[in-house]
Amino acid sequence: MFETLSHVALQEYWWAIMSLLGSLLVFLLFVQGGQTLIYTLGKTESERSILVNSLGRKWEFTFTTLVTFGGAFFASFPLFYATSFGGAYWVWIIILFCFVLQAVSYEYRSKPNNVFGPGTFENFLFINGALGTVLLGVAVATFFTGSKFSVDFAHIARASDVAITRWESASHGLEALLSFHNLSLGLSLFFLARVMAILYFMNNVGEESILARTRKHLLINAIPFLVFFLFFVIRLFLIKGYALDPSSGEISLEPYKYFRNLIQMPVIAVLFVGGTGLVLFGILKSWLKLSTKGIWFTGPGTVLVVFSLFALAGFHHTAYYPSTYDLQSSLTIYNSSSSRYTLTAMSYVSLLVPVVFAYIWYAWRAVNNKKIDAGEINAETHVY
Amino acid sequence: MFENFDLSLVNWSRGQFALTAIYHWIFVPLTLGITFILAIMETIYVRTGNEEWKKITKFWLTVFGINFAIGVATGIILEFEFGTNWSNYSWFVGDIFGAPLAIEGIMAFFLESTFIAVMFFGWNKVSKKFHLVSTWLVAFGANLSALWILVANAWMQSPVGMQFNPDLARNEMVNFWDVFLSPVAVNKFIHTITSGFVLASLFVIGVSAWFILKKRELVLAKKSILVASIFGLLSGLMLVYSGDGSVRLIARIQPVKFAALEGLYKGREGAGLIALGIMTSGKEDSTGRKVYPVPLKLEIPNLLSYMAAGSWNAFIPGINDLIDGNPEKELLSVREKIKRGQYARETLARMKESRDRGDSLTYRQLKDKFYDADFKENYFSYFGYGFLNDPNSLIPNVPLTFYSFHLMVVLGFYFLLLFIVFLLLVWKDKLDNKKLLLWLAVFTIPLAYVASEAGWIVAEVGRQPWVVQDLLPTVAAVSHINASSVQITFLLFAAIFTGLLIAEISIMIKQIRIGPKEGGK
Repeated sequence: MFETLSHVALQEYWWAIMSLLGSLLVFLLFVQGGQTLIYTLGKTESERSILVNSLGRKWEFTFTTLVTFGGAFFASFPLFYATSFGGAYWVWIIILFCFVLQAVSYEYRSKPNNVFGPGTFENFLFINGALGTVLLGVAVATFFTGSKFSVDFAHIARASDVAITRWESASHGLEALLSFHNLSLGLSLFFLARVMAILYFMNNVGEESILARTRKHLLINAIPFLVFFLFFVIRLFLIKGYALDPSSGEISLEPYKYFRNLIQMPVIAVLFVGGTGLVLFGILKSWLKLSTKGIWFTGPGTVLVVFSLFALAGFHHTAYYPSTYDLQSSLTIYNSSSSRYTLTAMSYVSLLVPVVFAYIWYAWRAVNNKKIDAGEINAETHVY
Repeated sequence: MFENFDLSLVNWSRGQFALTAIYHWIFVPLTLGITFILAIMETIYVRTGNEEWKKITKFWLTVFGINFAIGVATGIILEFEFGTNWSNYSWFVGDIFGAPLAIEGIMAFFLESTFIAVMFFGWNKVSKKFHLVSTWLVAFGANLSALWILVANAWMQSPVGMQFNPDLARNEMVNFWDVFLSPVAVNKFIHTITSGFVLASLFVIGVSAWFILKKRELVLAKKSILVASIFGLLSGLMLVYSGDGSVRLIARIQPVKFAALEGLYKGREGAGLIALGIMTSGKEDSTGRKVYPVPLKLEIPNLLSYMAAGSWNAFIPGINDLIDGNPEKELLSVREKIKRGQYARETLARMKESRDRGDSLTYRQLKDKFYDADFKENYFSYFGYGFLNDPNSLIPNVPLTFYSFHLMVVLGFYFLLLFIVFLLLVWKDKLDNKKLLLWLAVFTIPLAYVASEAGWIVAEVGRQPWVVQDLLPTVAAVSHINASSVQITFLLFAAIFTGLLIAEISIMIKQIRIGPKEGGK
């Protein structure tokens, strides 16, 4: 089945898979957003416990999606893995630290003798929610704005200094934080995660005192999200992009490249506009108290928007990981991917993804058929 | 030794990876084994309807949850460290190594994380059978995860199923099944998961023994010991069997590691196996090589030859034979291998130069060499040696490998004996007054962890300096970053992992002291 596909078709298929995984990861960052709202929405210990337990039953999905996203990137585009992780060292290491802190915090927070006290683990959750989302957004923004690195396969044969990829900035990734364009995506992701968390709580929590606070905070977070998101997108559509000449393999700067990508890929344009509409519809519907199911609009809308952003970065002859140091070192889905054989083998594995979605959905529904409130927490045998 | 490389960077990167892997490996074996023990206990509960078994299952589930969280935390670092600290490696073999990692995520992690939620929160929400199936799926998911990462690790120890692509300077997979079903992968998987089963069984027996000593939770303790001792004994037998297979494979594919395991410097026919021995401190020989003799030893004649080659009088090469060469036994010296590796790298460099200057004929000729069977066997297979200068750099840390191996083996047999004794005594209900034995079981818990970590040291320290056997040494695999950056992150990781370990142990001890009253609420 996949054997009949060309290498290019497989590369594009895998970029679509990565885009899907990336967009699902962003949707699931509502867990991180919620972690930054525990003390904002929960005023008593009981309320905070409800919020933590509501998120605690979902955190592993976000974590697992992140791990799978990393593994799939390694398998499908190993040159990105080598270049970005080995180069933008500090950004990725700080992100990883944030997720290490998260992984233990739910389980250890309320356990007796946890050495550091519940507050420490709640702070860990906040750090993960705030720093983790902002830095992930900044890292993704560099897919459009570029980084200083070079790639030369011939280095492996040299007598010394055999590194194939080299980061040409001494701050190893932290320089990305100095760009407001990068930061705007990081901050919009941070506020989007909080917006989605509020919508998730509206749908998942049954405690009236918490729900009463959510509407106000929905607007407080939705406005900065929109401001930062619009700034990022408008500027993205105005800047020069990194275009690939398919015949020569040369990379060059092209005015309005990402806007052109959008209008020249109508399906992606529809996904982007439709997704943005769904995000806003979910927020508005919830703010106007018309529904508590806003997450089911804003969440899928987020998936569509992020998917289309990844598509703008990688499809239509675009360098998805541009180098501002050496244009020709920029990574495209064609020069950074695994071999045709590996992508074919991996494509068979990708057929399992719908099965995974199906059992996640089934299991999720089975244990989340009732809203979480103080009574539910008291009746539960395993509490975070 | 490696004057062309930043050794400080290499060593800190190695240290950081070892630190993360060792911490990760503290928690993973218990997860691998206790999930199956939980599944067995819950199966008994569902089949018998005896609520006592539900209480037992829920108690061990609490213990599992505490351990699982920190295993996950340390695991994510490991995955991304391949990129952050070993970027050359990530490209050089990413076409092969990345696939198992991705499959691990899609096939195993989601299975595990989805049904763990049902395990913990589904008791009153889903049917008994659905819950039981979820528990089994978590057990399979955890071990499936181990399968894929061990397939990847096995490939590093014994690279198969690939072809070097000289244009892209990387190895590419050409046969997935060769990678997946390589004898090293199969053996490593069985040996590693059964070691986890043994550790978990010893953990359950040790904690249960403590309950008996305190005259608490006697029913829980005895039933747990019964399940764990049977599970541990069967796993232990598989562990010994797969261990034997591992040794044979190491002798064939990693002979220097094999010689280091036994502290064998001078090869001989009919080599004996050192069952126990004490190494003296190293002395430099005439070539500047540090040699660690084993003057005090209990040796079983000819057994090493039989274990490695299936013949009592087979020749087993020692470290000296493997480093200096032994023409009589047709063993190439490392100096010769270095020359061949350098030739392979020079061929790659000349191919690139000819391509850059537009000399397509030379480029084609040189490129074709990498697809030529003779060149692959006689030159490319030594590609990694081309990065090295000093033959002695091919020798791993012999004392550490030697002691780790012997400690692991001796403890492995001790564990088997302990399982048999506990099975017999619990079967005859004669455990209550065996205080000494019960305390022994309690103190065996840390020994299980020692044996488990020793196994990791044997596998990973013993194969140094290779990241990918014969193809890529650690010095050529590191990322292009400052050693000081890695020093900082090493210290940060060390601090946070240690802090979390202290919290984990403290919480675990408290939960065990509380017992099933709360855990099985």
